[in-house]
Amino acid sequence: MSITRRKFLGWLGAAGLSTTVGTAVDAASNKQFKGYAEGSGVLFDNTRCIGCRKCEEGCNKVNELPLPERSFDDLSVLENRRRTTAKTYTVVNRYEQVSSSKAPAYRKIQCNHCLEPACASACFVRAFTKNKNGAVTYDASVCVGCRYCMIACPFEIPTYEYDRAFTPRVMKCTMCYPRISKDLLPGCVEACPTEALTFGKRVDLIRIGRERIRRFPERYVDHIYGEYEMGGTSWLYISGVPFKEVGMREDLGITPAPKLTSGALSGVPIVVGLWPVLLTGIYAINKRKEKIELQDKQQAVADALAKANAEAESKLKEAMEKSKKEKEAAIEKAVSKALEEAAKAQSEETADAQAGEATKEASEEDA
Amino acid sequence: MSDDATTTKSYFTPFNIIAGIIVIIGLFITALRFTKGLGAVTNLSDYNPWGIWIGFDLLVGVALAAGGYVTSAAVYIFGMKRYHSAVRPAILTGFLGYALVVAALNYDVGRPWRLPYPFIVQQGTTSLLFEVAACVALYLTVLFIEFSPAAMEWLGLKRARSVVVKLTLLLTIFGVILSTLHQSSLGALFLIAPAKLHPLWYSPYLPVFFFVSSIIAGLSMVIFESTLSHRYFAAKMDEAHKKEKDTVTLGFGKAASLVLSGYFIIKVIGISEGNHWHLLGTSYGLWFLVEIFGFVALPCFLFAIGVREKKLNLIKWTAVWTVLGIIVNRFNICLVAFNWHLPSSERYFPHWMEIGISVFLVTVGLIVYRFIVTRMPILYAHPDYPEEH
Repeated sequence: MSITRRKFLGWLGAAGLSTTVGTAVDAASNKQFKGYAEGSGVLFDNTRCIGCRKCEEGCNKVNELPLPERSFDDLSVLENRRRTTAKTYTVVNRYEQVSSSKAPAYRKIQCNHCLEPACASACFVRAFTKNKNGAVTYDASVCVGCRYCMIACPFEIPTYEYDRAFTPRVMKCTMCYPRISKDLLPGCVEACPTEALTFGKRVDLIRIGRERIRRFPERYVDHIYGEYEMGGTSWLYISGVPFKEVGMREDLGITPAPKLTSGALSGVPIVVGLWPVLLTGIYAINKRKEKIELQDKQQAVADALAKANAEAESKLKEAMEKSKKEKEAAIEKAVSKALEEAAKAQSEETADAQAGEATKEASEEDA
Repeated sequence: MSDDATTTKSYFTPFNIIAGIIVIIGLFITALRFTKGLGAVTNLSDYNPWGIWIGFDLLVGVALAAGGYVTSAAVYIFGMKRYHSAVRPAILTGFLGYALVVAALNYDVGRPWRLPYPFIVQQGTTSLLFEVAACVALYLTVLFIEFSPAAMEWLGLKRARSVVVKLTLLLTIFGVILSTLHQSSLGALFLIAPAKLHPLWYSPYLPVFFFVSSIIAGLSMVIFESTLSHRYFAAKMDEAHKKEKDTVTLGFGKAASLVLSGYFIIKVIGISEGNHWHLLGTSYGLWFLVEIFGFVALPCFLFAIGVREKKLNLIKWTAVWTVLGIIVNRFNICLVAFNWHLPSSERYFPHWMEIGISVFLVTVGLIVYRFIVTRMPILYAHPDYPEEH
C-alpha cells in the first residue's frame, strides 16, 4: 500500500474533514507507521565522538551558513550548553561524567527527522515535508511565521530568524536534502574524522546499532535512542552513558506527535454536525414553551372572560327574572287592588241601591 | 471619560491625554517592529517562540471576547429575553476583541501579509492552528454582521438592516459553533507539546477546559463591561438598559457561579486522569492550587453569595477577579508552565515593547468602543426600531 507522508498526516489529523470526501480514517486504528522503507538516516555513536566540532564546520560550509564569531577550532565553546540557532543547524555539547568518573561524553544536536514530524503536523500551511528519503524539509515560500512548529517540536530544533524584518525563515537541518538527493553524504557525516556518524538506510542503521551493542555490551547502554522515541526518528543514537546524562530526554514517550492532536481534531466534525441540531432543538423547545405559555395565557383569559360572561348573564337573568317577578307581583297587586276596589265599589253600590235614590244617581254618573 | 458623555469642548480630558500618549508610543513600536523585525522589540527566542502577543493578545483576548456568543446564545437560543439589552454591547466588545486579536497576530507572525496563505495557498488541516485560524476568521465575519445592524441604524440603512436582522438566529447558531471550535482549539494547540507543558496543566481535556472557561470569561466580562458602561456612558443608556442592569448582573453572576463549579470539578478530574496528585506538593503544584482555589473555587463561592444576598457590588468585583483568573490561567499554560523544564536563564519574560504593543491595542479597542457607543444605538434602542422580538 503506497501512502505518501502528506496523505498519511492528512488522514491522521483531518479525520473529520476527510469523511466528507469519503477517504478512510486511520487516526483511531491500530496501524503503526514504521517510516518509509527506503528512508535514510544517520546513526550517532557517542562512544566514538571526540568533540572536535568538524561536523559543525562541515555543516556550516555545505549549507552556506554565516561563519560563527569563534572559529570551529576553538573547543572552549564546548564548556557551554549550546543549542541549534538560526545560524547553526548542528552543535556538539560536552557532558562531564562526574558520577562515573568516565571520560566526558558528547552529544550532537540537529533535527532528528522524525518519522511522523510534530512540525509537519503542526504547520497550518504544510511548509514541512517528510520526504521519502527520510529528510524533513521546510518551504520558506509559504511560511507565515507563526512558529507553532517550534512549540510543537519535542526536540526543540527549529529556530527562527527574529532579526530579519521582511523575510524571516524557520531554520533547521535538512539532513542535507540537496546532497543526499545526489547520493552525497550529509555535510556533518562527511566531515566526521572518527566515524561517529554513519549515514545509511534507517533499517540498516538499526541493525548496525544493535550489532554494536551486542558485541560490546559493556561499552553501550542497551538502547537505540530514536528507534521508538516520538514514534521513531531518522536520526538514531547509541551511547556509552545513560542518555539522560548527555541531556537527551527520556520522558518523551513513543507516541507520534500527530496522534496527540488527532483526538481533538476528530471532535471538530462532531461539533459541526451536532451543534446545529442541539441549538435549534433548544431554540425550538423554548419557542414551543413560549407558544404554549401564550396559548395557556390566551386560554385562561378566554376562560375568565367566558366565566365572567356567564356569571354576568346569569346575574342578568336572575335580575330580569326578579324584575319580571316583581313586575308580575306588582301587576297582580295592582289587579287585586283594582279588583278589591271594584269589589268595594260594588259592595258600596249594593249598599247604595239599598239606599234607593242614591243608586240611580250613581249609575247615571257611571254612564 | 465621564466628561465625554456630557458635551465638553476640550479634547484634553485625562482619558484622551493618557490614551494619546499610549497611541504615540504604540505607533513608534509598530514602526520598529515592521522595519527591524521581531528581534528588535521582543524577547522571543528559539526556546520561547510565543510570548505575550500569543499568551495575552490571542489566548486571553479570544477568551475575554466570549461575551458575544455567550450573551447572544442566552437571549436568542435559550430564550432569556430579559437580558436582551446586554446583547449589543456584548457583540460589540466581542467584535472589537476579535479584531484586536487579528491585529495582534499581524505583529506576532513573521510575515503577516501571508496570513491568508493557510486558506488560499496550502491547507494544513492536520494543524490545530488551522482550525483556530479558520474559525477566528469566520467568527470575526459573523460578529461583524451581527454588529452591523447598529451601524446601519446609525447610518439609516433601513432595508439592509431588516435583511441582517432576519439572520439573527442563524448567525447566533453559527457563532456558537465557531466559538465552541476555536475556543477549545486554543487549548488543543498545546496538546502536541506534552514534553514542554507542566503535567498539572497539560491534559487531554485542555480543549474542554478552554471552552468551559471561555463561558466563564464571557459571563464575567459582560458583568464587568456593563459596570464600566454604566459608570461612563450612563447618559447614552435608555430605560431598558438601566432597568435590566441589575437583572443582567444577578443572572450572569448566577450562571458564572454554576459554570465555575463545573469547571472546578473537571479541573480536579484532569489531575485524577493524569494521577498527578503528588505534584501538588511542588512549587508548581502550589501555584496550581492558587489558580484552582483562588481563581476558580473562590469566585464560584463569591458569585453564589452575591446572588443569594443580592449584593451587586460583590458580584461586580468577583467578575473582575474572575477575569483576572482567566488571564492567570492562559498565562500559566502559554508562559509560566510552558518550558518549565528549562533553566531559568532560558525562560521568557516579555520585553517592555511587547507589553507596550498589548497596552496599545487594548487602548485602541477602548477608543473605538467609545467612538461607537457615543454614536450608534448600542446602549439604547434606536427610536425608529423599537424592539421587535
